[in-house]
Amino acid sequence: MSTLTSLARAEAVVAERAQRITLVRHLHVADRPLVFVPLTLAGEANAPLAAMVGDDPDNPTLLIVPQPRNRDQRFAFAASLAEVVLPYVDSFRGDVEAVAVNRGKDIRVRYADAPQLLVPNPGGVAFTRLFGRSTRFRRTDGDYPVHPSVPLLGRWLTWFADRAEHPGSSALLAMTEALTGHWATGQSPLEDAQLAALMAWIDPPDGMTGTQAAAAAEDPVTCPPAGPTTDPGFDNEILAPAIEAYERAVAADSLVERRRAELEDVLRTQLEPTWRLMWRAVALLHDLPAGSRVAGRWAEDRDAFTNHCSHLDDGGVPQPRRDAAVAAAQRLHRLERAQASYDVQRAYDDPMVMADHRLTGEAFVGEVTAADPTRIDDSGKRRVLRPRITVTTADVVLVTPGTTLASPHRPTNQKATVVSVARNDAGTAEVVLELTGGMGSSLTPPAGSVPEVGERLCWTTLTGFFFPAGAFPSREETPWTHGGPPAPYDDDTPTAEDAQEEWS
Amino acid sequence: MNLAERLATIRGGVAPTRHNARTIAALTSNPGCARRAVLDCAGVDKQRLAAHIDHPARFGQSQFAITRGNAFEAQVKANGCAELLRLLRELLDLDIEEVAYDDLESVAGREGNDLRYARARTLLTHAAAQPDQAGTLFDHPLLRLDVAGQQAYLEPDLIAFQHAGRFHVVEIKSFAVIDGRADPGKVAAAAIQSAVYVLAMRTLLEEAGHDPEIVSHDVVLVCPRDFSNQPMAVLVDVRKQLAVLRRQLSRMTRIDALLADLPATLSFDLAVDDTGVPTRSPQSLIDALNEVEARYSPECLAACELAYFCRHEAHGCTAALGKSVREELGGIERVETALAIAREQRAPAEDQQEAAELLRAAARLRAELLSGVA
Ligand code: SF4
Repeated sequence: MSTLTSLARAEAVVAERAQRITLVRHLHVADRPLVFVPLTLAGEANAPLAAMVGDDPDNPTLLIVPQPRNRDQRFAFAASLAEVVLPYVDSFRGDVEAVAVNRGKDIRVRYADAPQLLVPNPGGVAFTRLFGRSTRFRRTDGDYPVHPSVPLLGRWLTWFADRAEHPGSSALLAMTEALTGHWATGQSPLEDAQLAALMAWIDPPDGMTGTQAAAAAEDPVTCPPAGPTTDPGFDNEILAPAIEAYERAVAADSLVERRRAELEDVLRTQLEPTWRLMWRAVALLHDLPAGSRVAGRWAEDRDAFTNHCSHLDDGGVPQPRRDAAVAAAQRLHRLERAQASYDVQRAYDDPMVMADHRLTGEAFVGEVTAADPTRIDDSGKRRVLRPRITVTTADVVLVTPGTTLASPHRPTNQKATVVSVARNDAGTAEVVLELTGGMGSSLTPPAGSVPEVGERLCWTTLTGFFFPAGAFPSREETPWTHGGPPAPYDDDTPTAEDAQEEWS
Repeated sequence: MNLAERLATIRGGVAPTRHNARTIAALTSNPGCARRAVLDCAGVDKQRLAAHIDHPARFGQSQFAITRGNAFEAQVKANGCAELLRLLRELLDLDIEEVAYDDLESVAGREGNDLRYARARTLLTHAAAQPDQAGTLFDHPLLRLDVAGQQAYLEPDLIAFQHAGRFHVVEIKSFAVIDGRADPGKVAAAAIQSAVYVLAMRTLLEEAGHDPEIVSHDVVLVCPRDFSNQPMAVLVDVRKQLAVLRRQLSRMTRIDALLADLPATLSFDLAVDDTGVPTRSPQSLIDALNEVEARYSPECLAACELAYFCRHEAHGCTAALGKSVREELGGIERVETALAIAREQRAPAEDQQEAAELLRAAARLRAELLSGVA
């Protein structure tokens, strides 16, 4: 959080309505996302109780586990979930596009679109990860065979959960986080974790303020929690008797279907409100204009999707339980780079995000008040074009001479070096910048390649979207301090034991 | 009035609420709050109080979670704790074959706390005095802790394991450890609860003349492994939790200072009439609450029964938006004040100058940027 978003929260308290904290949307919203609202049984380790899932707001699939402690029913649930998720994922394995690589010498192919899974909150992401973990090693033969779709579902859910850790990825999004990235409410971040209360601030029903709507949304009877944990009151008063009735029906072998239908009805009451909120949230996000770099990041998701498809097609092994040392370090490094790059991209895409950096003196916005576009530096061996411009700004300027700056409004290869900073009495500052790059190779700059007097520009110390890739030892060269080279596929290879892992 | 009488007045004509490791652990969650300190020291039933003033707490527990917890505990303790012993042997690297198992659960169920505590004390000090004897598992020993000058008995949810003169607190929890990782929030809660037991056991042994350090600060946490029912055990170091707990408990013994500033008639009496309704009106209880200063933060929602009342009261305070928001708004207490300063409708106080500059710059930027969208 920053001073700006905190100020927005304060404004939301007074306005009684959530306030925008970005000017654009920083994530991809698919035309046809798969919304997934899972519920678990309290006290158990990720035991599914029910889920509502689908890509059509008017036609959700309701899945339930009538006896959540029954192992076979859990795998039946997994198989039914696979019947929705796998065809959805497969539907993106159609159109492809060619991407030039290796400076245009080669091309590779990637899918033109990719699946997007939306869950209500980080708990939904954790459910996805753990459900993937508990199903991807299952075997379709041997002692406890499962339907072949179950381990495949597990591998896809794991893929989604892995992508969710990647900053800037939109393959699996937790809706509360997607929303709080774009709006500030008049309540605390802790309370924002409740999807219903959060949505109440952003989009209150007609005739209600956000404050009133959020208060109403806290009543678990009218607004059931968005899961995966259910409301304890619901568990004790409604769910437990319904499960018992079902169990009695099974024992007596009578009215089983009827009791099952009743159980479906009570679980539907817990899922449907969240289902509707999810689609309303999708529409709200959809209405925000996308930032210019969103498509580029989604292309990375499409790359990752394409790669995982090939991995599966080539008979690759399931994701390990834990990464081996080198793989873990590489992954961490990749995530750090992605985070740094995502932060810069958001600031470049969005003046409101850049404003955070203006407040801290890492960026300033001003008008070009003087320009010397044909200035030549002949102090060195070779005469070079080094135009200078003067930018006058009312922002706090903390940059010092010698600092390199870049501008979201200029070509990425154009850089500016601070020559001098002079503050004047009016509270503004005049910054003289010397430009390099982006102006061709002759001594006269092409038209438009040097900013002109009167242009309003942002300059910042945030530069570069690409960070050097780290050098890591190969698997074989894993240092002994990190356990030495792992066995091919390490000790995390799925074993027969994994396939039969107890799940009780 | 001495302290005990004063606290009795505050509590009114009802028995003090009983503590357990969870409620004592909860005392550490907002140590700066005077309201809570006063109510807890006096043993006021905050749950009933909150319900009566129409801001009920929402701490329900699902029966599924309770059932699962009980089943897992029963499984670990089955056959004289055979499974538990196996885990302890592996974890603590012991070469013992068998241990004695002593269940101190009240047999008749009618035994008073004092008696049960005396029995636990006898057995535990006896074991401490004879370190060469075989290891023993003491199940359900009733312990107590001094909370604000009162002896609070702890619901005995633990097993104390003694071997070679060393004691370990064993806690059985039913949340899963999956691929070596568990829910950090649940582990933290278990750690602070275990620390309460460690402290109580240390106190008991120290009073009997033993070295309190014979109770290890490494507690044994037993949880189901992965997605199975199979138990696994890990050691959790609770030194940090012990320090926090000691600090807070000693702070509560200085309750006099807090009470000195409060009216002598202050009372949260929840005594009921024939129909079971408290005789005091909700409004008079709210008035009493207003006498004692609170320090609400959103974390209260998960930790204190009065949270919904205090949140209501704190509406419009920057602290209600969370600690970091309050800090980023320059520590200014009221939301309207912060906004008025930011919008230059109000001059900042002496100590708000620096915050004011940043807020004004932020407000200018927001206004400039939003004028483009709106
Ligand atoms: S809820 Fe109220 S009484 Fe309880 S700790 Fe928070 S501020 Fe204090």
